[in-house]
Amino acid sequence: MAVRATRLQRVIGAAMAATLVAVVAACGSDDSSDAGSGGAVTLEFAQWWGAELPAGDFDKIIADFTAQNPTIKVKLLSAPYASTKQQLVTGAASKTLPDVVGLDGAWVSDFAKQGAIADLSQLMTDAKYDQSQLASQVQIKGKTYMIPVVNFIYPLFVNKDLLAKAGVADVPKTRTEFLEAAKKISATGGNVKGWALPLDTAVPNGIQNDVMSWLWASGGSMLADGKPALTSAPVKSAVEYVKSLNDAGVIAPGSLTMKEQDKVEKFTNGQVGMVIDSLAHINLIKKNSPKLNFTVAALPAEDGFTGKRGLPYASWGIGVSNSTKHKAEAFKLVQYLMSQETNAKLSTIANGFPGNKNAKPDFSTSDPLFKTAFDIYQAGVPANEFVGLPKSEDLMRSFDEQLQLVLTGKSSVDDALGKAQESWSSVIE
Amino acid sequence: MTLIAPETTAPAPEAIPGRPRSALARRLVPYGYLSPTVLLVVVLMVVPIVMVISYSFRDNVIVQENSVFAGLANYTKVLTDADFLAAMKNTAIFISVSTAAHLVLGLGFAMMLNTSLLGGVAKAVFRIVYILPWLFTIAVIAVIWRLLLDPSGVINYVLHTLGVIQQGVDWLGSPSTALWAVTFANIWSGYPFFMISLLAGLQGISGDLYEAAAVDGASWLQRFLHVTLPQLRPVIISMAVLDLIWTSQQFALIWMMTGGGPLNTTEMLSTYTYKQAFSEYEFATASAAAVIVLLITMVLAFFYVRSQRER
Repeated sequence: MAVRATRLQRVIGAAMAATLVAVVAACGSDDSSDAGSGGAVTLEFAQWWGAELPAGDFDKIIADFTAQNPTIKVKLLSAPYASTKQQLVTGAASKTLPDVVGLDGAWVSDFAKQGAIADLSQLMTDAKYDQSQLASQVQIKGKTYMIPVVNFIYPLFVNKDLLAKAGVADVPKTRTEFLEAAKKISATGGNVKGWALPLDTAVPNGIQNDVMSWLWASGGSMLADGKPALTSAPVKSAVEYVKSLNDAGVIAPGSLTMKEQDKVEKFTNGQVGMVIDSLAHINLIKKNSPKLNFTVAALPAEDGFTGKRGLPYASWGIGVSNSTKHKAEAFKLVQYLMSQETNAKLSTIANGFPGNKNAKPDFSTSDPLFKTAFDIYQAGVPANEFVGLPKSEDLMRSFDEQLQLVLTGKSSVDDALGKAQESWSSVIE
Repeated sequence: MTLIAPETTAPAPEAIPGRPRSALARRLVPYGYLSPTVLLVVVLMVVPIVMVISYSFRDNVIVQENSVFAGLANYTKVLTDADFLAAMKNTAIFISVSTAAHLVLGLGFAMMLNTSLLGGVAKAVFRIVYILPWLFTIAVIAVIWRLLLDPSGVINYVLHTLGVIQQGVDWLGSPSTALWAVTFANIWSGYPFFMISLLAGLQGISGDLYEAAAVDGASWLQRFLHVTLPQLRPVIISMAVLDLIWTSQQFALIWMMTGGGPLNTTEMLSTYTYKQAFSEYEFATASAAAVIVLLITMVLAFFYVRSQRER
């Protein structure tokens, strides 16, 4: 009996130990960034870019890097944007961020505050990197935390056939012309409307791309000395303009729960004449509706505005984890992606504009609209004031909720902006 | 001899200390068998729950290194937040209407499938048709219903053609209809589970009971009220309680259909908690909201366990 019990104990002990090891192994972070075989360092690089590029293209770019740097291996963690964001939010919280991370300007402030991403200014100095070649850097309190690798602008997309059918000769350049064109397009009948405004609160980026863009296009700002200035005249004028579009009935119905993809779909189907959309969607629109006759243009500005037009943009930004043991190697990868040749190549395949000033994307094989957009980009200024703000998604959502109250007639523009200002002031100190 | 004798008796005193060991081992054996499960429950359930509860009493958790004890401040903040109270109300409407409709539809369809009026093939076909909504993942259901309920979608087209409505209704974008639209989609996606369980329950009811009732002259309605329902009662109660718990945790459908909007009219406790955590990075208030949901769910779970014991 005693012998049997001892054997049982041993079996149970072994089973428990095995379970414990398995559970701990499953729960523990897999620290693959440690030096691997032959002294090579493995960097983990989490981003959503690989998922948005043609299959295998990003792997090729990274393979070139590892060929040039045989002591560094790169493990790509590619997932769609939303999953990458969630993964990074939890990774930042638990200090287990991958060594190199793809960043959206909207996340930078929070990650930097948590101490999750490294000060790139220091890394650039250590590597004696020439910063003058960078088109822009996202800084918090004077320190760079993100470098935009590729920029995607949001111009005005115009369905030329609908515009012609409505009897409008030119693409609208001012707010008045836009309202008139939208009215005429909506008057053509059927389910067709002039404009689409996605205000879904789950992903409230419509505030950035489709609402604040009106403000930035006319050189306005939603901030004054880094503090919210939502009750200022330019913001009020932009919101009143959006309200006037709503009152005129030119906005496609369902906007309060419309998502960005619905907007693109409605434009692709010819149900909406004009939208403000990412240049990255040109190929998608052409693929789904090859016959759609459309063009891109600068955003309409206030009547009589002569300055440089702000153009909303989104970036594929890059940053380095603060907890990585291989900051120098991680920065080598950043440096490689920002180099003139690689940056031009990456921008070309991504249909975006390079983060390296000297890089020239090759438009020879891409759609002629990209060339048009590049001209608009060079004539205007990239504008996105949400970049670098804390809790930017939350800021967009609280503004969104107030705008919804305005559009449903439950609040006046002044009251709504006053409340939004109050709620933003509690976030932006 | 004298030397041998102590040797032969020697094992006896050794066996005595061995006895308590074997008794101890025997007592430990069941725990040994349980240990893998206990370990998993501790790692996957107890630790996260305790962590969330501890977060709910602290401030600046997760995002800052030095969190501080905040007492009940997070609970006060959550319970006085108008958005949270609206989310409570919406969740209550959403889960009660969903569960009631699941029950009625599930029972109706189960009785149709249990009827003797239909042949085997017809029953099989209907069984497949009725169960289809259950086979779709929530993401697909959300996309299907977003498309169907679009202002220029199929539902508006049909209603307009039939003359029921004059112009397209903005089902998901209008504050007055959005909650009912998402509830409808949830009812559609969830009734088959009720149907299957109740069908199994119906098939377990002895035919003798119906025969006896028929002999007593009971009408169809009387047979339903006095034979079918009492026989199904245990199944109905446990299904209803389980459904209340599951529906209260419905997140994906709401998030993908309306994101809690328009104007918070479809905000649920789950979407509220998610926004607190992943948009405002207020993990402490998110934890407090989650603990409140846990308490509500525990009350429901208590009734479930009690109904199970009664059985």
